[in-house]
Amino acid sequence: MLTFTLRRLLLAIPTLLFISLIIFLLVDLAPGSPMSEIPLTVPPEVRQKMIAALGADQPVFVRYILWLRQFFWVEPAYLLDGWFGTDLAGDQQRILSWQSRSPVFTVIGQRIPQTLTVIGTAYLVGILIAVPIGIYSAYRQYSLFDQLGTFVAMIGFSVPTFFTGTLFIIIFAVWLGWFPTKYDTTLEVTDWASFIRQMQQMAMPVMVLGLANAAAISRYMRSSMLENMGQDYVRTARAKGMTERTVVLKHVLRNSMIPVVTVIALGIPSIFGGAIITENLFGVNGIGAALIGAIHASDLPMVQTLAFIFAVLIVGFNLIADILYGFLDPRIRYD
Amino acid sequence: MKLNSALLGAACAFAIAPAAFAERGTDGEVKLTFPQAVSIMNPYLSSGTKDIYAASMVIEPLAGFDDSGNLIPKLVSEIPTVENGGISEDLTSITWKLIPGLLWSDGSPVTSADVVFTGQYCMDPAGGCAQLSKFEGVASIEAVDETSIKVTFTGPKPNPYTAFVGATAPILQKAQFEACIGAAAPTCTDQNSMPVGTGAFKVTGFTVNDTVSMEANSNYRDPAKPAFATAVIKGGGDAEGSARAVMETGEFDYAWNTQIPPDSQAAMAAAGKGQFVVAFGTLVERLEMNMTNPSADLPEGERSTAMHPHPFLTDINVRTALSMAIDRDILREVGYGAGGKPTCNIVPAPAAYASDNTACLTQDIEGAKALLEASGWTDTDGDGIRDKDGAKLSILYQSTVNPIRQDFQALIKDWWSEIGVETELKAIDPGVFFGGDAGSPDTFQKFYADVEMYANNFDGTDPEAYLTQYKCDKAPSPENQWQGENMNRFCDPAYDAMVTELSSTRDPAKRAEMAKALNDMVTKDTRIVIPLVHRGTLSAHSNALGGVMINAWDTEMWNVADWFRVK
Repeated sequence: MLTFTLRRLLLAIPTLLFISLIIFLLVDLAPGSPMSEIPLTVPPEVRQKMIAALGADQPVFVRYILWLRQFFWVEPAYLLDGWFGTDLAGDQQRILSWQSRSPVFTVIGQRIPQTLTVIGTAYLVGILIAVPIGIYSAYRQYSLFDQLGTFVAMIGFSVPTFFTGTLFIIIFAVWLGWFPTKYDTTLEVTDWASFIRQMQQMAMPVMVLGLANAAAISRYMRSSMLENMGQDYVRTARAKGMTERTVVLKHVLRNSMIPVVTVIALGIPSIFGGAIITENLFGVNGIGAALIGAIHASDLPMVQTLAFIFAVLIVGFNLIADILYGFLDPRIRYD
Repeated sequence: MKLNSALLGAACAFAIAPAAFAERGTDGEVKLTFPQAVSIMNPYLSSGTKDIYAASMVIEPLAGFDDSGNLIPKLVSEIPTVENGGISEDLTSITWKLIPGLLWSDGSPVTSADVVFTGQYCMDPAGGCAQLSKFEGVASIEAVDETSIKVTFTGPKPNPYTAFVGATAPILQKAQFEACIGAAAPTCTDQNSMPVGTGAFKVTGFTVNDTVSMEANSNYRDPAKPAFATAVIKGGGDAEGSARAVMETGEFDYAWNTQIPPDSQAAMAAAGKGQFVVAFGTLVERLEMNMTNPSADLPEGERSTAMHPHPFLTDINVRTALSMAIDRDILREVGYGAGGKPTCNIVPAPAAYASDNTACLTQDIEGAKALLEASGWTDTDGDGIRDKDGAKLSILYQSTVNPIRQDFQALIKDWWSEIGVETELKAIDPGVFFGGDAGSPDTFQKFYADVEMYANNFDGTDPEAYLTQYKCDKAPSPENQWQGENMNRFCDPAYDAMVTELSSTRDPAKRAEMAKALNDMVTKDTRIVIPLVHRGTLSAHSNALGGVMINAWDTEMWNVADWFRVK
């Protein structure tokens, strides 16, 4: 198991380097210019000078090597300096966003907390709703509850978040006036009143994303449960005189969780990736909103760095899911 | 109508206001929302209006423009003129005098050294200053004494109110930005996001592309202002969401740039929590005609260049017929509602510069048909499309991806098909269209189409630089890497001569006459440009916010110090 893990980790290095090159080239070849948002009143000569000041006129490989150095050497050095008060980085150039001229990692650092609270809560809420629904739907297959669950799941699957989001805004913010439509990032939770306000502003984005997440996970849970319910060991357990509760929640559930846990683990990188549409709609300044803003403004350093971090997370969580398999199911070992 | 009453309401509120804001910081918090989030608080490094407007609450220029386009002093005691001796007789220099005793928000005095430094900062060749054109023609900027600054130009400058005038050219504090000049400019993150200023507010917190938090500047020059103790700008989302947060839920006091469809405007206004206000600057949505042949059969490097004239758009009758077939008022109604006016001019404002050219406002389909018929464009092969000498009236009409523009394209295509002109539509991503990448075939400069539609305007109140764009040598071509603003490749020696004359004319009345003549040359005389709609900026403010006077000539926050809470 250990050698397997080590081998996978070593293999991840060339994989990630290759991914970073592909991302860099793709983003670079994509049409658009960092100057496309400046007003037409700014003359072309000035635009040329602005592009040169950004370093955007350098050849693509020069920028790629510079970015690699900044990502793998300068940025970690800054991180260590921040932790231990050392001076490894000196005054070396960090990865700067073209749009805001501030370090990309500072922006990411500012945004991770919002993404984790809002998107993370939505994911958790989604799981908490989906697992019981999945279990009960499977146990009472084709009952009214199962049909209703299937219906809701289909809605969650097929209705896009920009639609549910807008619908929720009109119902809960405009008509009922319960929740704010714009997320206030300056709000600090210090007492009960501010905690309530935080809950209010998280309510709508969490509902929208929770519905979408719950839909997918509840379907996995249901089908996995159904598969196990018909197995011989379930009949044996019942024949031994165990209560239905023990049969379903102990024997069947445990075995049914294996594929569901994988699905959940593989979904975790998407929490860090944020939710582009939902974050934008509710003004949550998370990673997803940063990514779409950077894409609109052709802020290449920001897009490249974010896309690469997502790649690292996905490779990482795939590895974690594989290792988790081994722990959950002793039959699967890799040595 | 609605707009008038809104403005009237604002004006009334303003008149009874003085009683309401007797003291600084008594009205709590003012909350603004921008559909695009603020990235940086330094207009010299910014690439968007959102940043300039946000920064204008904190840093100020020497002079600005009021809501009718008149110059108003900000950090100076009066506007320099030839009469008061502030501008030299030969128009080669201008001397500004700072208000005595002016303080930065950190308590240090504002001196002429700060102004001189700001000039050096923007004119540094390595800095990549976005507002460099504000300093065009500046030979030197020197401090005469502690409070006087003399700007000398390389030649006579009929309009010397460029450097340090308007929200795009504010004064930076030398002490703060000294280490940030030239190549170091982008690396000064803290300075760029929290500049020390002289404005009504100072920055207390800044999250990139999200929120700017501000509080009243305790050293602001008017001790009774601003009425608000704190201010917040929340960015992001879309125009619809911003408008909703002001007009329907009342979470915010002011929303900038709420350009939404006319039916949504009406529905939101009906909620009764706020009102839309519109400012008409100089932005005109127009069709530009390609005078050169964009045919894909031509070799790369010869397409859309002066080497090959256009097969049919070079005929003025065709261009005139295309213009006559359009009903501009329907376009306005569909696209902009109260936020637009039909127009026939590319210089629609200020009033002194706007030509009285209104002939194009009435649609005349029959007239257009007759004109084409008379000039020999007939449908000889019976396919419904007019032709002459083998050239077919078949147009490729491009614009950017934008719901309003796609509506316009569909309507215009319909009208043109009525007069026997075939139209193929194309919509391009705005980032590519305006991106200016010489390697892409889809930029508005390359113009690989017959007709293209976009909006353009000019900065401030003087159209000289804008009219210069239609000179022969401004045509984009492979020789200049497709840079240039004369998209039409229009070339008329008489036009060029008049532009040159304009740049050396000082008398304002004569300048206005010439600007009108130039406008007419490219619009009603030749139809090189077919103006469609004069677009305003539509913003929204809550009924609980008083003092708003929307301004198209400078930042919309130009009088934020006078804003107050309606109680």
